[in-house]
Amino acid sequence: MARKNQTLAQRLPILSHLRKSVGLQRGMLVTGLIITAIFLLTAALAPVIAPYGFAQHFDTQQPPSSAHLWGTTAGGYDVLSRVVWGTQTAVLVIVIAVVLSIFLGVALGLLSGYLGGWLDRVLVVIADAIYAFPTLLLAIVMSIAISHGRSDLWSGIFSAAISITVVFIPQYFRVIRAETIRLKAEPFVESAMVVGASSVRIMARHIYKNATRTLPLIFTLNASEAILTLAGLGFLGFGIEPTSAAEWGYDLNKALSDTTAGIWWTGVFPGAAIVLTVLGLTLVGESMNDLNDPRLRGRRRAGKSAPPAPIGPAGMGAVGTRGAGTSTVGISNTEDEVKV
Amino acid sequence: MTTLIDAPPNEQDGLLPPKKSRSGGGLGAYIVVRFFLIFPTIFILVTLVFFLMRITGDPITAALGDRLPPEALAARIHEAGYDRPVIVQYFEYLGQIATGNFGRTISDNLLVTDMLASYGTATLELAINSLVVALLVGIPLGMVAARHRDKWPDAVLRFFAILCYATPVFFAGLLLKLVFSVALGWLPVAGRANSADEIALTSLVSPTGIYWLDAIRSGNMAALGDVMAHAVLPAVALGLLTGGVFLRLVRTNVIGTLSKDYVEAGRSRGVSEFRLVTKHAYKPALIPIITVMGLQIALLLGGAVLTETTFEWKGLGFQLAHYLTARDFVAVQGIVVLLAVIVALTNFIVDIVAALIDPRVRY
Repeated sequence: MARKNQTLAQRLPILSHLRKSVGLQRGMLVTGLIITAIFLLTAALAPVIAPYGFAQHFDTQQPPSSAHLWGTTAGGYDVLSRVVWGTQTAVLVIVIAVVLSIFLGVALGLLSGYLGGWLDRVLVVIADAIYAFPTLLLAIVMSIAISHGRSDLWSGIFSAAISITVVFIPQYFRVIRAETIRLKAEPFVESAMVVGASSVRIMARHIYKNATRTLPLIFTLNASEAILTLAGLGFLGFGIEPTSAAEWGYDLNKALSDTTAGIWWTGVFPGAAIVLTVLGLTLVGESMNDLNDPRLRGRRRAGKSAPPAPIGPAGMGAVGTRGAGTSTVGISNTEDEVKV
Repeated sequence: MTTLIDAPPNEQDGLLPPKKSRSGGGLGAYIVVRFFLIFPTIFILVTLVFFLMRITGDPITAALGDRLPPEALAARIHEAGYDRPVIVQYFEYLGQIATGNFGRTISDNLLVTDMLASYGTATLELAINSLVVALLVGIPLGMVAARHRDKWPDAVLRFFAILCYATPVFFAGLLLKLVFSVALGWLPVAGRANSADEIALTSLVSPTGIYWLDAIRSGNMAALGDVMAHAVLPAVALGLLTGGVFLRLVRTNVIGTLSKDYVEAGRSRGVSEFRLVTKHAYKPALIPIITVMGLQIALLLGGAVLTETTFEWKGLGFQLAHYLTARDFVAVQGIVVLLAVIVALTNFIVDIVAALIDPRVRY
């Protein structure tokens, strides 16, 4: 690894972000990290935590009791056990989906950005078409195409993961391609060309390392999207069989008809699991995003040592410029920097 | 669903020949080139879905697979022409849609165009309702968050926005149902109207298909109330999803404009903070929001599938799930073509609006 000469904190994205953060942002980041850690621990320790198997049958629709802390579903499953086992399914799908899409998206983005020409044009048009289309619909069609409807554990997980991959590739593709095009014009790439390095070597060594800086961020945000897509697939009935793996979206679908009878426990718990997991991952991604952007980074650290009454841009005689950070950096091109 | 982050407008993305001299090609040329880029988008999606649907199996097996002996099944498939080479079927289909013939749905034998028109209006109604909710939630709250940047209202609102994103629409719908329909009994659980009102509204002379509009036009106030009551929960469930995105957008952009010189100038002249946010900083902040709206359409349509299923709202999304299960190629492709056209057209309009507002977008 070429990053050996950097300190540990610089190498690990999350640690370095934690050091940079202050106040509210640190709170968000820490909360997110805690939730994510609980999620991962639950997945790892699911066999220990879950009182029963995810496909074990009991009396149906029992309210929460000491035997079934969160009650049982209309299908007779133990809600708590299914929520706990569901973390495993979610982790598997996230990892497979995001790793696959990073691999393919980065490779295509590098090729497209570096080589340019008709290949680039074609890939951009295809990526844009997929990117603009409702991702869930594409994922549904993909998942039916792969699994022909319902399926067992691994084919179910893979079809969900691959469906999500297809949807994510354009996102990685866009980011990496834009970075590659920018880097191509940098002197160090030109000098590598002059020295006679092959295209493959330039892409693999010089551009790849520099273009992938933002990936941890996209990874976290896509992980949360992968969970939502998986749940959406399951909810619509195009996900994994309940006997193959526990999946929160499927459970929510079955819980929908319980609501009219006032049965709340079958839906509320798996739903809360989705919300919490996505919340944790999003908080981490969000904070990292803000910390990467100097304009959004918390400004309290600078404020503490800064003069009590900051002076705004010269000539304007600004009264009460809002903090030192914003006025010095200046926001020139809001259109290009929109954070959705 | 669309990512929280990034989602830049299509500019600088190499959609157009890159680095074409800045002086060459005015707005007119840009519009023309951009317009013709609609077609590859639609073409790619139609092609993708066509081949993916063929992999999934055929509608005849899906409907009768376990009821007919294999020979009879094969005969039926042959009769319908599904055993021909896929590529032949593909070009046949392209030829058909080029002439505007979308065929008849296999599972319920409707003209695809009629099917799209009748269910499309239901989805349109849901989209309008939830867009209203989203704007009502997103814009004022986004301004409040920007005004109190890094204070507690901002922290609460940002958390709320993330929560809106993190909650799947079907779970939001389930919670809303539990609270407002089951526990409190204020609002109906599902559907678009009571069956009596539904019949009254669909049997009008020339119904628009948008129930509240039809109710107003026919002066049927009881039906209007009923339709509105049915519309609230789905609109809130889907609207909050988009509303959270709007909130964040408005916040970021108002913060951006709040630090501009002209706002400082206004502040130095004693303009109130409230007026600064609502008048000075807000309007220019809307421009980037318009450009991102295009991508929200995809989010809204994707969310509509889930919302419609949750609330048994009989629109395109509800039907799409049904047709997908039945492997009804013709219907699914029809819906996909319509959605692709909507998405491509929206992005086209948004790009043109962005170019009109900001000359830097063109090249």
